[in-house]
Amino acid sequence: MAGFFTSRLFFISLACVAVAATLPLYVSGYILGLLTVAFYFGVFAMAWDLLFGFAGEVNFGPTFLIGTGAYTAGILNNQYGWSVYVCILLGALASVVAGFVLALPALRVRGPYFGLTTLVAVLMLQNFVVVLADLTGGEIGLTIPDVITINAGANYWIALGFMTISAAVLYGLSQSPVGLVLQASGQDPVQAGALGFNIVKHKLAAFIVSAFFSGLSGALLVFYFGTASVGTVVDVAVGVNVIVSAVLGGRRTVLGAALGAIFLIVAGEFLRPTGELATFIVSAVALLVVLFFPGGFLGAALSREARS
Amino acid sequence: MLALQILIDGFAISALYALGATGFTLIFGVSGVLNLSHGAIMVAAAVAAWAAASVLHLDIYTGALFGVGVALIVSFATYFAVVKPIQNSTRIPNEEKEIFVLTGTLLWGIMIQELIAYFFTNNAKTVLPIVEGVVDVFGNRTPRNNIFTALVCCLVIGLLWLLVNRTRTGKAVLAASMNPRGVTLLGLELTQIYIVVWGIYGILAGIAGVLLGMFLGVSSYSVGPLTASAFSIVVLGGLGSVSGSLIAAFVVGYLETITAYMISPAYRTIPALLLLVFVMYIRPQGLLGRR
Repeated sequence: MAGFFTSRLFFISLACVAVAATLPLYVSGYILGLLTVAFYFGVFAMAWDLLFGFAGEVNFGPTFLIGTGAYTAGILNNQYGWSVYVCILLGALASVVAGFVLALPALRVRGPYFGLTTLVAVLMLQNFVVVLADLTGGEIGLTIPDVITINAGANYWIALGFMTISAAVLYGLSQSPVGLVLQASGQDPVQAGALGFNIVKHKLAAFIVSAFFSGLSGALLVFYFGTASVGTVVDVAVGVNVIVSAVLGGRRTVLGAALGAIFLIVAGEFLRPTGELATFIVSAVALLVVLFFPGGFLGAALSREARS
Repeated sequence: MLALQILIDGFAISALYALGATGFTLIFGVSGVLNLSHGAIMVAAAVAAWAAASVLHLDIYTGALFGVGVALIVSFATYFAVVKPIQNSTRIPNEEKEIFVLTGTLLWGIMIQELIAYFFTNNAKTVLPIVEGVVDVFGNRTPRNNIFTALVCCLVIGLLWLLVNRTRTGKAVLAASMNPRGVTLLGLELTQIYIVVWGIYGILAGIAGVLLGMFLGVSSYSVGPLTASAFSIVVLGGLGSVSGSLIAAFVVGYLETITAYMISPAYRTIPALLLLVFVMYIRPQGLLGRR
């Protein structure tokens, strides 16, 4: 851990954050808006990577956690008009509860069964959002009366700060002894258990941390958008994007996941002139990375550094 | 009367689910691959059959055959372009191959879906049914196409059973699903068995896709729900167990039909999902699965 503060990775990330923080001084609001969304997405991907890269659990339902946080915050604000910050906090807490409820049955099963349980959770949430349309706005989406701020620069700084703090916490956790136990239990649960570690407790903790950051980020995102809809925070396609970001950036690196998310969002925007082919191109690039550079962006860079 | 109607309507959709899920579970049983581009392959078959009829002006039978052929080609492409490179990769650790296959086939499915949307738009397409008209079954007006769908599904599943249990190739496939190493020791090439299985899978998914196109119609939006429903049926029945999938397909099909008739079509998928969660909780290996 102490070695990290002198490592090259630390200085590179610090430089990146410093450069990113000055962006609002000279780029347009359009780019800031794009990056704001990308940063929140980065937190989704990092939270997912903690669960997959370290605990070895293929969570197909990141949007169950994200959506629960986002909709809880949105509904509380819409129905009761509570202050934005209370709503965001309660959204994150609701997501933690949802993560706990999901983890209890899900951690009894492994591999594809775990994946399916989490996928089913998303489909159920999606169904409930549509069925309880009076409360959630159904397929049209939920209008949220309050926003944090309408200043593009301030929104950008909030997102950047939030992503930096989340990255520090999640990366720190992944490099801590807890992260090592998680990694061990992901690779060989029997042996890790035989060494005396309580695997279920560690995985549950990972689930809750992942849920907290996903929910918090989801809640912040809806207050930025001013609306919550199935298409932006619950749909399986959103979850797929989160997974692709994490794998693209390099699994088990945490920071790479954020990189992957930013790449995915920005590339999607740049490819907009190609129309409907944009998703095709992004998926094709992601597939090529999966096939030929299984370590992802950061994985490839780190292994080169380790070799030299 | 309502009970009979549910029985008839549910049978066709259940048989269709069963056909779609059989290929999916066969691949998992033999090579341990969960093919998340399943829905895309089915939709590709249906859209190809539709395009053959309305763009190329072929007759219905040729169109249906064309659809199945396209599914077969896409299935082989999935194996050779995505699954095989991942399985043979030396850079991916063995314990992570499963997730890479999942991610890879998922991306592949999205690519197929986007291509279909690009060339044929997102609109729903209905393949012209081979048999038309309605027939009276004990006082219930039933489209002939429903009966035709159910019959074809049962016939194909029966043929699959014969193929697996009565032919040499089929027995090799069965053996590979029990013990791959044992099969190679007997001098059979595992890769060849995989190719056979992907071929069978392509044909099954193709027939299921074309029938679905005639029965309900498809659009590129159906890709995700189709994959999810096949995935849940297969897990409910027990991964790799063909008979388990058949039972699960009928359970899910009827549960959906009953909900749609008795409560509301809006709640159609919810009871099946709840059942799935419940089964995962008390019997994680599925109805007939082995651990």
